[in-house]
Amino acid sequence: MANIIAVVCASYGLAQSVCDGEDLAERFFRSDHTNNWAVLVCTSRFWFNYRHVANTLSVYRSVKRLGIPDSHIVLMLADDMACNHRNPKPATVFSHKNMELNVYGDDVEVDYRGYEVTVENFLRVLTGRLPPSTPRSKRLLSDDHSNILIYLTGHGGNGFLKFQDSEEISNVELADAFEQMWQKRRYNELLFIIDTCQGASMYERFYSPNLMALASSQVGEDSLSHQPDLAIGVHLMDRYTFYLLEFLEDIHPASQANMNDLFKVCPKSQCVSTPGHRTDLFQRDPGSVLITDFFGSVRKVEITMETINLTVPGIPLERFGGEPHTETALAYVDQLPVAQIIHQKPKQKDWHPPDGFILGLWTLILLVFFRTYGIKHLKHIF
Amino acid sequence: MTARHPRTPAPLLVIGQRFLTQLLIGQRPRRTGSLWPSFHSRWPRWKWVSFLFILPRRRRSPRPQSGMKVRPVLSDPEKQRGRSAAVAIAALVIAAGIPLWWKTTETYRAWLPAARISELEALQLELRVEVEVVFARGTLSPEQQKKVPASRMREQTYESCCKSKSLCLVEADHALHTLTETSCGSVVIYIIPEASALLPQDMRVYVGRSRTALLRSQVASVVGAGLPEVLAALDPQMEQVLQTMSFNHQDVTAALTDRLRPGLSTRDSLADSMRAFKSSPGYEITFSLLNPDPKHHQLHWDVEAALDAYIYPLLHKMAPVANFSVDSQILYYAVLGVNPRYDASASAYTLSADSLAHVINPVEARLGSNAASSNPVLNFLLYVPDSLHSPLIIRNDQKQEVASNAFHSPRWGGIMVYNVDGAYGNDTQFPVDIAIDMSRVMGVFLSQLRLMLGFQQTGAPPGFVLEAAGREGVAEWELDRLLWSRSVENVATASASITSLAQLLDQIANIVINDNIAQQVASAVTALQAAVAELEAGNLALALEHSREAISASERAFFDPSLLHLLYFPDDQKFAIYIPLFLPMCVPILLSLLKIFREVQQHRAEKRAKRD
Repeated sequence: MANIIAVVCASYGLAQSVCDGEDLAERFFRSDHTNNWAVLVCTSRFWFNYRHVANTLSVYRSVKRLGIPDSHIVLMLADDMACNHRNPKPATVFSHKNMELNVYGDDVEVDYRGYEVTVENFLRVLTGRLPPSTPRSKRLLSDDHSNILIYLTGHGGNGFLKFQDSEEISNVELADAFEQMWQKRRYNELLFIIDTCQGASMYERFYSPNLMALASSQVGEDSLSHQPDLAIGVHLMDRYTFYLLEFLEDIHPASQANMNDLFKVCPKSQCVSTPGHRTDLFQRDPGSVLITDFFGSVRKVEITMETINLTVPGIPLERFGGEPHTETALAYVDQLPVAQIIHQKPKQKDWHPPDGFILGLWTLILLVFFRTYGIKHLKHIF
Repeated sequence: MTARHPRTPAPLLVIGQRFLTQLLIGQRPRRTGSLWPSFHSRWPRWKWVSFLFILPRRRRSPRPQSGMKVRPVLSDPEKQRGRSAAVAIAALVIAAGIPLWWKTTETYRAWLPAARISELEALQLELRVEVEVVFARGTLSPEQQKKVPASRMREQTYESCCKSKSLCLVEADHALHTLTETSCGSVVIYIIPEASALLPQDMRVYVGRSRTALLRSQVASVVGAGLPEVLAALDPQMEQVLQTMSFNHQDVTAALTDRLRPGLSTRDSLADSMRAFKSSPGYEITFSLLNPDPKHHQLHWDVEAALDAYIYPLLHKMAPVANFSVDSQILYYAVLGVNPRYDASASAYTLSADSLAHVINPVEARLGSNAASSNPVLNFLLYVPDSLHSPLIIRNDQKQEVASNAFHSPRWGGIMVYNVDGAYGNDTQFPVDIAIDMSRVMGVFLSQLRLMLGFQQTGAPPGFVLEAAGREGVAEWELDRLLWSRSVENVATASASITSLAQLLDQIANIVINDNIAQQVASAVTALQAAVAELEAGNLALALEHSREAISASERAFFDPSLLHLLYFPDDQKFAIYIPLFLPMCVPILLSLLKIFREVQQHRAEKRAKRD
C-alpha cells in the first residue's frame, strides 16, 4: 500500500518538474558528485628530488586550470624547490626541458610545507582527525557527494612509500585510512594516482568500494625520470607524470574524455615501466567516467523556477533613497614623502668607538713598527 | 716476557710486537697503513714466523693434571642448590616477569559499552505521528456520533467557526489554528461535509500554514453505515494527507540513503538528497553583491534590513535544527567566467543553461570563507551586469526566459542576475546611484535557501492545495517534515558512527582509548536510545534535540585526534624487536629446566629399576 503511494507520489513529482527538462535530470545523474576535492602530496626532500615537486605542481596546475578552487585542494610539498639556494632560476619550478613550462606560477597555495608533510598529518587529513585549531585550508571537508583525487609521488618500494627520508607509510595503513573515510562517507568516488617505484603495490590492499587506482609501475619495476635539464642540473619530471601532464593539457572543462583514455597514458614504450590500474572496486564502468569528474569541477546547476512573492506591502523597508550619497573623496596616504627626503638635513651621527677591524689594523702597524725599529722607541710614543 | 692477560685483544698484541722488534732487531717496521702487517713488507716471510715464538699463547683452560677427570663433579648439595636456583629463576620469570611485561606494554583502553553498541546495529525505528481528526457538523449522522468513543469526542464549539461561509479559506485556517494547540510533529485534520462551500469544487484537501488540514469528506452519510466503515473509508485520504504533511516512505529512505543499498531511492529523492546539505551542527550563509562595473553603477543594497525582515524569521524557526551565522560582502570588479552572447531578437545578452555550470568556479576563488569553522557554507550571489552587457537574461534548455533570472547549484548556493539598465538613460552622469529592490532579491534567495536547507519542492497529489509559506518563510508542517527527516538522518548517522568506531577499536588492538572518548561514546549511546524512545512516543521536538546531542557526541568521539592508528607493526618487525631481548634470557632458563626435568626422569627410572 505504502509502495503504491510512494510510486504515485514519485510520478507526480516528475510531472511537476517537466519544465526543468528531463535532460537536466539526466545531467544530474550521470555522476553522483556535487563537489570535487584534490589531495596532492610530494613526499621527498632535497634538491635532487626536484622532479617530485615538479610532478605534484604540474598536477596541481592542471587541477586548478580545470576548475577546482584552492579551497578544495590540499597541497603538501615536503621541500621548497622554487626558493632553494641551488635553484639557478629562483621562484620557478620547470617541468619541460629548456624551461618551457613554469608550473610554479603566480598563485600556488601550499597547505602543508616542509616538515609538516608527515605520515601522521597525511593520515589526519584523510581521516579528518585534526586538532580543532586547524584552519579550514588544511582540512579535507568533503562529504558523501564529493569526488576526491589523491596523488602521491616520491620514493617507494614494495608496499611502502617513503616520507621525508625518515618514515614510511605502508599500503595497509593507506587501505585502512580509505576504509575509515568510507565508513564516515567522506567520499563518493576516489581516484588514487601514485607515481613511485613499484607503485602498484600501494593499491593492492584496498578493500573499500568506489576506489579507482592508477600507478606508474608494477611491483618489481622502477619508475624512471624523464629528462635532465643541464642548466638546472637535475631531472625535471618523472616519465609517467610528464605524459600525464601532456594528456591533461589537452583536457578543458567541457571535455568528454573518459578514464579509458587515462589508462592508456604512458605505455611501456614511453615509460619503460608498465603503468597499472585497478578498477574492480569501482562501481561505474570506467568508460563512462569523465576525466573532469575527478580532475575538474563541473558544477551541477539548476534553474530556480519557484520564487516567493515578498513584495506584498507589509513591513515597510527603509529603502535607500535616490539622493546622491555625498562622501568625501578618498585618497591614498602619502606613502613616500619625497619632499621631506630631498630637503632633509644630514642626521647627526653618534660617535662610536673604533670597531675590531680598525683596532686590528692599528695593532698590526704598531707591531710592525716596533719589531723593525726596536722596542726602545716605545717610551717616545707613550 | 711477562705473562700476558688472556683477554688482551689481538691488535694490541701486534702493536706491542712492533716495538719489540725494533728493540730486538734494531729496525722500525715500515708503516703499511693498517694494524696488521702487510705481506708486501720488506721482511721475508720466515721472519714473520719468528713472531709466533715471541707471541705468548693464550691458555684457555688450566693445564690438566694427570689422573683427574676433565669435567668437574659437583657434590649433591651443590647440585640441589643449582637446581632450586634454576627453578626459582624460572618461577620468577614466569610468575612475575611475564605479567609485568604484559601490563607495561598494554595500551590504555577505557571501557566502552559494547553490548549497547551492538544493540544499535539492529536498530528499528518507529515513527509515530499524533493525528487529531475533527469531524465538523454534518459529516456524521447522529447514530455515528453517538458511537464515537469518549476519548475521541470533540467539543461542539468548534463547529460554529467552520460553518460561517463568509470567512475565506486562509482566515478559516488561521481561526482553526488558534483553537488548537498543536505540538511539534502532530497533525490536525478537519473533516468538513461534502456540501461545504469552504473549499472550491475541485479541491479536496487544503493544507494550511500551520499544522492543520481541511479534508472534504467524500463519504456519503449513508444511513445505517457504522462509524468503523466511515473511518475505514476516510483512511486512504487521511493517509495521503499525512504523507504529504509528515513523512512518507521516500523521505525516510532519502534520509537513510547512506546506510541503504543504492537503487532503493527514486531519482527525485536522490536529487533532493544531493541538493540539500547533510545534517550539520551549523551552517554559514554568505550574501555577496558582485559589482563588475563600479565606474558606471554605484549600488546600494540595504542587506541588513532585508535579512532582518525576510531571512532571519526563517532562521529563527530553524534554530532547533542548526546554528546559522550570516554575513554579507560586496565584491568589486568580479566578473562571471563566461561571455554572454548577444541575442538581437530579445535585444539582450543571454546566458544559456549549459554555460551556467562554468560560472561558479572562477567566482568561488574570490568569495572567501570563515577560516575558523568547518561548517558548510552557502553562498548567495547577486550579480549586477556591467553596462556593456546589460540586460543579461538566463535562458533555460528550451530557450525560454527564466522569470526569476536565477540559478542554484546543489550544496553550494545560488546566483541571481539583477538588471539595472532600466534605471537610467544614456545621458546620465556616471556613476549612477542605484538602489536594489531587496524584496525581489530576497524572494529568490529565500526560495533557494529553502531548497538548500532541505524543504523539498513537494509535488502535491491531485486535489491538494498547499498554502504557500509567504513571508514567514516556512510553514509549520514543512518544518515538521524537515524535523522528521533530520531526526531520522541524525539517528542513522550517529548509530553508524558509533558502530563503526566500535568495530575499528576492536580490530586495532593497540589504539589508546582515552576516558573522554569513552564518555562521549556513552553519552552518544544514551542520547540515541532517548531519541528512538521519543520518536516512538511521537515527541518530535525532544527527539530532534536528543538526536542532535547524539550526533554531536558521536562525531566528536569518532574524529578525536588521539584515535590515529599509526601503530601498524607487521609480524616480522614484532619478532625482530622481541627476539634479541627475550631469547638470550629464556634459552638458558629453558635449557636448565629441561636438564632438571631429564635428571628427575632419570632418577625416577633408576628408582624404579632399583625397586624391581
